[in-house]
Amino acid sequence: MIVRRLVDGVDERLDGTSFIRRNLGKVFPDHWSFMLGELALYSFVMLLLTGTFLSLFFVASPAETVYRGPYAPMQGSEVSLAYESVLRISFEVRAGLVMRQTHHWAALVFVASMTAHLVRVFFTGAFRKPRELSWIIGVTLLVAGIGGGFTGYSLPDDLLSGTGLRIIYSAVLSIPVVGTWLAYLFFGGEFPSAELIPRLFVMHILLIPALITGLLSAHLALVWHQTHTQFRPKGTPESSVTGTPVWPKFALKSVGLAFITFAVLAALGGLSQINPVWLYGPFVPYSAPSPAQPDFYAGWLEGILRLWPNWEFHVFGHTIGELFLPAVVIPGIIFTALALWPFIEARAKHDTAVHHDAQRPRDEPVRSGIGAAGIAFFVLLMLAGSNDVLAKYLQVEVDTLNGVLKVLLFVVPVLVYAITWWICRDLHARDSAPIAHPPRVEFRRNAEGGFDEHHDEARSRGDVAATQGDREQP
Amino acid sequence: MAATANTEARLLSRVLRVGLAVAVLGQIAWSFRPEPSSAQSDQQIQGRALYEANCSTCHALDAGGTVNGPSLLEVGPAAVDFMLATGRMPLANPNDQPERGQPKFTSEQIDALIAYVGSIAPGGEPIPTVDTSAGDLALGAQVFLNNCAGCHGAGASGDSVGGGQIAPSIYPASPTEIGEAVRIGPGVMPRFGPETIDQRDLDSLAAYLVWIRDNGDDGGLQLGRVGAVAEGLVAVVVGLGILIVVLRLTGAKR
Repeated sequence: MIVRRLVDGVDERLDGTSFIRRNLGKVFPDHWSFMLGELALYSFVMLLLTGTFLSLFFVASPAETVYRGPYAPMQGSEVSLAYESVLRISFEVRAGLVMRQTHHWAALVFVASMTAHLVRVFFTGAFRKPRELSWIIGVTLLVAGIGGGFTGYSLPDDLLSGTGLRIIYSAVLSIPVVGTWLAYLFFGGEFPSAELIPRLFVMHILLIPALITGLLSAHLALVWHQTHTQFRPKGTPESSVTGTPVWPKFALKSVGLAFITFAVLAALGGLSQINPVWLYGPFVPYSAPSPAQPDFYAGWLEGILRLWPNWEFHVFGHTIGELFLPAVVIPGIIFTALALWPFIEARAKHDTAVHHDAQRPRDEPVRSGIGAAGIAFFVLLMLAGSNDVLAKYLQVEVDTLNGVLKVLLFVVPVLVYAITWWICRDLHARDSAPIAHPPRVEFRRNAEGGFDEHHDEARSRGDVAATQGDREQP
Repeated sequence: MAATANTEARLLSRVLRVGLAVAVLGQIAWSFRPEPSSAQSDQQIQGRALYEANCSTCHALDAGGTVNGPSLLEVGPAAVDFMLATGRMPLANPNDQPERGQPKFTSEQIDALIAYVGSIAPGGEPIPTVDTSAGDLALGAQVFLNNCAGCHGAGASGDSVGGGQIAPSIYPASPTEIGEAVRIGPGVMPRFGPETIDQRDLDSLAAYLVWIRDNGDDGGLQLGRVGAVAEGLVAVVVGLGILIVVLRLTGAKR
């Protein structure tokens, strides 16, 4: 009622009847896996809410000060204003620590749910023409999310994040010819420069959130405009859309999901410690802690670095540092290939048609195989990125673990591809030609005490038909 | 017969004379035996017995070491106490990396072993005195982060350091054991002399390590203090995991 009156009220004034009414009635498919992107959206909302709170107290300055707060082991230590303000948020600002931790957990879940969403879109072929642009925007959002996470992780100016920044600085330096200039341009001088924290702060709270908000709006507008893909039973026209209308069911369910997401993130933030920078201490260039890992979404990048041989090339009098290939070229190739995947696949399959259905992974064994192999590849790289922690728990040598991982990195994706391809092909074949039930045979006892066979042709055919009917139900 | 008896008597007499000679020579040889100390205390006798039963196989009776174990010459009481009190020695297999365990000896027996090893292999690092109440937490944190966190982890929970070696968690160590480890550098750990970590640094370091054992966990579960690896696992498995279960329960399945 209230909504109807509100809509009427807006309509009378703005003459938007057709637009608003049409869109409130718009139908969205509601398969559970289509909501993964919403998790990312609501995690991002949580990031904005908690991030705004944190920005009120964070001081983006590398200027030195003496810590005089309540955390005993730092009292009297020389720390940067940035580090001091993070300790203040953690120990003095009311609800500061839960806000900070929720912010960090939300960042991890944000990137994790974006990744899960990407995996879903990949395996269902939802990136195919005409939705390539949504896919490219999505990949850009993932990169922006990782960038937002990394800049945020670096802001507290603690020893752990400083180590990560130093790696990035060295990676930029390793770019041939322009590396030194680029590094000076972005870092504002030799690492660790006084410009660094203010610049990271501007990127983290202004540029990247603005970029994400803009891309996210475009991403959602495209979904709205192009309609969502959905699973369709064979024979259903691609123009048909089934699901729930935006108002009231889909919208209310989505709001519910938003609050559940907030609840999970807040619970993590309140119950589980994350990035205890007070233990890591302030950043000093001559020291490094262990175990030193980046947040999980950069773990695979760390893994490439840890496994890569220390090759250094000299080309035309220029030194190409050992970081250039693993830290710049390979991630560049991976993200480019990911962004261009819809075009690569379309070209490989000579497919220029427009598609509005979501495929089942089994129907595309090659793509599903490549996707599964890719997941295995990234998981192995993440394991390599945490090799010291793994070695401790597995009680093996780090060097042995590295050697094993180097081999597995080439073997496992191939195996995973083969197994996935095989499973998909068989599932697909079973669906298109279900195994017929054996003919039903009844044995009846006759008057002589023996048995007669009675073949019930009609009933066995009926059983098969019923089975097929079950399967084809959407 | 008489001739035979005479022969037997002569044979017996010869045997007795040879036996006597051996006994006398043995007595002379015994008097030249190496004397561990002129005034052997009960503690050293106990220590010697324990040493010979538990240590000498690998470290040799004279503490000079064998192929299975290093020489104990000049290792000093700090090393002996550290290895025995933390249960790292005796090792069941000389090729194992010594790991912390239940000590095999009582503190009285350990004192006896220290005294005995000190008597056959004098010198080395004395057991340091560590007074946490004289330490300063902030200084301790600084010493720890600059010298120890690189291997033992910023949370002191341990990490692997390559070559199959593990820098263990420091939580179970007593202040004295922390001091001993700093001064002797067990295994692949570097040795930190007073020129790097002076007495006040050492007291502060121990104070800080005792402090973070029960403190510093503001914010909830500490997740093993291994940092981003555990955090990422929790974010994906617990955070995203719960949310996916919610999606699955509330969304359409087909």
